[in-house]
Order: sequence, then structure tokens, then C-alpha cells
Amino acid sequence: MNVSPAARDLPSSIDATEELLRGARYVADRSLATVLYLSLKMGRPLFLEGEAGVGKTEIAKVLAEALGRRLIRLQCYEGLDVGQAVYEWNYAAQMVEIRLAEAEGVTDRDQLAGDIFSERFLVKRPLLEALEPTLTLAPVLLIDELDRADEAFEAYLLELLADFQITIPELGTVRAASPPLVVITSNRTREIHDALRRRCLYHWVDYPSAARELEIVRLKVPGAGDRLGREVVAFVQALRGEELYKAPGVSETLDWASALSELNVVALDPETVSDTLGVLLKYQDDIARLGTSDMRALVDEAKAKAGAIE
Amino acid sequence: MNGSREPATADPSGRLSDNIVYFARVLRHAGLPVGPGAVIDAIGAVETAGLRRRDDFYWTLHAVFVNKREHHAVFDEAFSMFWRPRGLIEKMLAMMSPVAPSGPREPEKAKAGSQRVTDAMFADQVPETAPPKPIIEIDARFTMSEREILQGKDFAQMTADELAEAKRLIAEMTLPTDAIRTRRLTPAVRGHRFDARRTLRASLRTGGDLIALRFRRRKVVHPPIVAICDISGSMSQYSRIFLHFLHALTEHRRRVSSFLFGTRLTDVSRQLRVKDPDEALAECSAAVVDWSGGTRIASALHAFNRHWGRRVLGQGATVLLITDGLERECDADLAFEMDRLHRSCRKLIWLNPLLRFDQFEAKAWGIRTMLQHVDVLRPIHSLDAMRDLVAALDGRRDGDADPKRFLNMGRAA
Repeated sequence: MNVSPAARDLPSSIDATEELLRGARYVADRSLATVLYLSLKMGRPLFLEGEAGVGKTEIAKVLAEALGRRLIRLQCYEGLDVGQAVYEWNYAAQMVEIRLAEAEGVTDRDQLAGDIFSERFLVKRPLLEALEPTLTLAPVLLIDELDRADEAFEAYLLELLADFQITIPELGTVRAASPPLVVITSNRTREIHDALRRRCLYHWVDYPSAARELEIVRLKVPGAGDRLGREVVAFVQALRGEELYKAPGVSETLDWASALSELNVVALDPETVSDTLGVLLKYQDDIARLGTSDMRALVDEAKAKAGAIE
Repeated sequence: MNGSREPATADPSGRLSDNIVYFARVLRHAGLPVGPGAVIDAIGAVETAGLRRRDDFYWTLHAVFVNKREHHAVFDEAFSMFWRPRGLIEKMLAMMSPVAPSGPREPEKAKAGSQRVTDAMFADQVPETAPPKPIIEIDARFTMSEREILQGKDFAQMTADELAEAKRLIAEMTLPTDAIRTRRLTPAVRGHRFDARRTLRASLRTGGDLIALRFRRRKVVHPPIVAICDISGSMSQYSRIFLHFLHALTEHRRRVSSFLFGTRLTDVSRQLRVKDPDEALAECSAAVVDWSGGTRIASALHAFNRHWGRRVLGQGATVLLITDGLERECDADLAFEMDRLHRSCRKLIWLNPLLRFDQFEAKAWGIRTMLQHVDVLRPIHSLDAMRDLVAALDGRRDGDADPKRFLNMGRAA
């Protein structure tokens, strides 16, 4: 919920989009900048899929920050219902209101009903908040990990994303003054329905190339020296080629680089790598697998490749 | 397309929109769900994004036409074929040429999806050379008759075209919907058990004035399926086609684990999770080093029991063991490992292509040993057999597959 004072207009070209993201310290591929630009320009939701830790959620955050918009986030989970995602009536407060009205001797039923079903008793959840007509600037609406929500919830989203309006039976229709910039992310634990995909612009966020990853490390972990940064990136890139249960994402690379720089390491050596492997790999199988292979050879290989990045 | 003097937005007039329409048709024929709405969107998107760079154009079309990751490979191939900067004349020649459709096939090792795109490009040409209706009719009859022959045909005797058709039929197959009740409870509107916690929590909303009862019932889940597949020389033909079945199954439900073994055991569950069947099978082949080598069933099962058994055999797993059971080394290990495997799963189904022979008898030592430890023994050499397997997994038909029948037969003889 961070509103920076400098609200900016939407970028006017793909290059400008790339600039905008870079200005907010996010290093994006040309492909991602293209899709993002199209989604902003055409007013279509952006649907991002990719492995965990490649920066899907980060895009929405960066977008909100760079454009000076409010970020409204809806974290999906199994069993998410309308009451948690859209709105809910504050029953307890309504009950109190009714009792107070009784005590005051209010007998006009219509007036009472009008009173207790007013906005005062409406608990707004993220989706309704994003459509708030009083917002002058459209917010960024992040629907995170949609694959975790139930399929019925997707059907509800369809309606919302088509018209950007929500009908509350007791109160009427709430319509957004300007449609929010919607970013949907999914980890692919299940397939999102085609109908929803069709309404969005799709992009698969892939692991970055070595040069791009090095750029990210330099930007995000300035404490790590040039040599360490290169070696870390080369090592992680090599690791992604291995048969691992869960390959390390960009966030793991950054964690590892900052962990190593905290330990005052300037260059990789097999012992340090073995000791800090838990930062990169999160499954015991993967760690055990790498433990049996020749760590020195892996590190040497990474060092040999480190110089060639760029 | 590469000139820098062009304006930032594209001009909707001219042949570009026509070409996008044609490109969309190619994609549709190649199997991507591209509707007319997407075509309009694509033209709008290209107008918005402009045509300054080829890769911008690529990603603009990609954003609209590709809705799933597995479509990326097909799109990529189609894009590079269709929007070729040069070689237009060659392309036209190839598309106009009447012999092209039945011309030489791409080599087997072609990139995933490329065959489909090539077919789609040529298929695009058909409606213009002949009225569309009769073509469709002929096509349908052809597949119908072929389908009947295919059902009972042995996989090992199929030609490449028949195999391709069989693979398509496998992808369309109705998959098993077996379910087991677990001890866990799940909220349900029409449940039979009272759910005190949720009732209390829900009543808090109304301040305790209204108490609406909530219920729950036993949870029903698909049990995990574990396939252990022999890929030795005699079995590789069946195993390859069975992998297609496993791929369809993996796509359909969550907990499917697949293992291949020849001289050693390889886990290919993750490779099969790749959505494009061509790509998934290619990755499986890359992961396995011992295709069509020898077999060591006992040691493979030992590796499975030791490293994987406790991890993937939870919650009443069904195990499909696909092997001919012709083990060379005769020792007690095989019986021990089979027994262990049998005891750690709910149901052990042995799929043996040797059953295609009418006079099959359990004479080989390995087969006799393994027979004592399996619940079901079925053939797996044709589409019909595969369909029976689906029925068996559903728990509909099992009576005809009792493995003991072969043991008794051997004793009587």
C-alpha cells in the first residue's frame, strides 16, 4: 500500500517500458517488456507463469512503484471465497446497529434496512478495493498464485476481468472509474482454465540468461564484488543444467550472493559452496546429489566460465 | 521489418493484417486454440506495439497467440517458418507443389512440434485446391476404418503411421477415475458428520445469534499410480507406446510416478510432466542411458524399493509393472523384491506383452517367481488391451486377469 507522490503516466513504447522497469531496479527481458507494454496499452490483464523464484510477483510490485500506483494484492489459497476476496458485511456491527435502533425506538423498516446495508458496514476485500470508483489513478491489482484457488473462483474472476464491475445485491453495482492494471501469477500446480487465459496476455517468465542474471546480481547485491558475482552466476547457471528436483531461481541466486558477501567471500571455493548450499537448494535430495558429485570440478568449471559472461 | 525509419505504430492497411490472419490459420492447424477474437487482438496488438524490431513483433504475436507454455515450441517453429525474411519463393513452391503433402517425412529427430507445423502449413493449402466438404468426409471414413483395424493390432507390428494414429487414440482415451476414501474429512454441504469447529466459527459472524450447522464427510482421492517400465531390447517397442499412455495419465491427474529400467532404474516422472507429448518423450529418451539394453529386474526393483518405495507408494498406490519377466539371473533376490513391492502397495498389476500369444504358459523361472506376488496379470500389446487396463484400474473388470490361472495350469501339466 505504498503510494509514492510521483505518479507517472503509462509508458509510450516498448523501450520506455524497459526503461521504466530498469529505473525501478528490475532487469527485464525484451519479451517481458513487450508483453507488459501491450497489457498496459490494451488494458488486458497480464498472466504470468513460471518456476518459483523468477520474479513474477516482483513485476507487479515494481510496476506499482514505478508508476506511482497503489498495489492491491490478493493472495490466493485453497478455499478462498467471495467473503475473503471481494466483500463481506460486518454482521457484528450490523447487529449492534439494529439493537441501538431498537433502543432508540426506530420502527421504520426501510430506513433501518437502508442504514445497515450501507457502505459503512461493508468490509472491502482486495477485489472490491481495486474497483473503488473514488480512486483517480487505476491501482495495480496483483492476483498471486491463482492456481492455488479453487476453480470456481476462476469463473468469478472471468466476470470481473471482463467488465471490471462487481454487483452487490443490497447496494448496487460498483464500477471502476479506470480499470486496474491486473497482474495474475501462477506456479502451475494445476492448469488455469482456457477461458481465463483467453482474456489475458500470457507470458512464461523463464530463468534469465547469464548476462542478465549478472546484471541483476550487480543491481541488487552491490556488496558482492565483480569476481564473486560472476562466479556465483556461472555456478547457478551450471546448476540449472543439472538434473535437480528444484532448480535455483533468481531469488536464490540473490540470497546466495548476499550470503557469500556477508561472509566476506571474494571468490568461490569448494568448502564454502558445500557449507552454503542450503541457500541455493531447498531439497535434501538435490543437496545429497550435489554432495556426491565432485564439488571442486563444478566450482572450477564455473570459474572458467565466469570470465566469459556478458 | 528491420528498418528503423518505420513509425512506432503499424499501419493497419496493406498486407500485414492478411498475413497475420494466414499465420493464425497455420497456428490453428498446428493445434493451437486460436479463435477469431485472438486474430483481431493480434492485429490490434501489432498496431500498438509497432514493427520496429523482429523480436518485438515475435513477442507481440506470442503474447496474444500463446496461452500455455507447451504451445511455445509450436509457435516458435511456426513463426520462424512463416515469417521467414527470405526464401519466400521456395516456401511458395513447397506449398503449391502437389506432391509436397506426401513428400519425404522429416527425420525422426526433428524439433518437437516442427512436424505438426509443417503439416499445418500444407494443410492450409487444401481448402483452396478442392471444395472442403468432401475432403472432410473422406478423411473421417478413412480414420474410422483404420481405427477398427488398429484396435486389435500388436504395437510391435505397426507401421510408423499406424503408431502415430495409435498415439493419438491413446491421448483421446477415457482415463480411469478410480477413487478411494481416505480417513480425512472435508467440508461438505451434504455431509453426514457434524462439523463443530466450522459451525462455531461461522456462528461468530452473526454474533452467535444464528447458528447454521456445517457438515463434513470422508475425503475421496485418486490413489497414486506408479508405473515401473522395462525398456530392455525385447520390451522397448511396448514401453515407448506405453509412455504415451503414461503421459496422458500424468496430464490427467496429479500423482503419477513413472520409472524406466533396463540395467538401472531411472525416474522420468518429471520429464513426462512436460505437456507436449513429443517433447516429453524426447526428454525421457535423453534421461535414460540404457534403452534397449539388457534387463536386471531384481536389481531394478531393489533400487525402487530402497529409494522410492516409501516416497511414492503412500495412500494406497496402484503399481503397474510392465515387463516380460524374462530374468536371466536366477536367485532368491527377485522373489524377495517382488514380495516387498507387493506388500507395500494396494494393488500390483503386471502388464506382460507376452500374453498376446494364445499358448502363453508360465514356464520361465522369472515369470513363475513373479506370478506369485502380483494381484493382476494383463496383456498390454494393443489398444484394446490398454482400454481393458483402464477398465481394470477403475475396478470394473478384474475377474479375467487372475495371475494364479497360469500357475495352476503349469501344475496340472
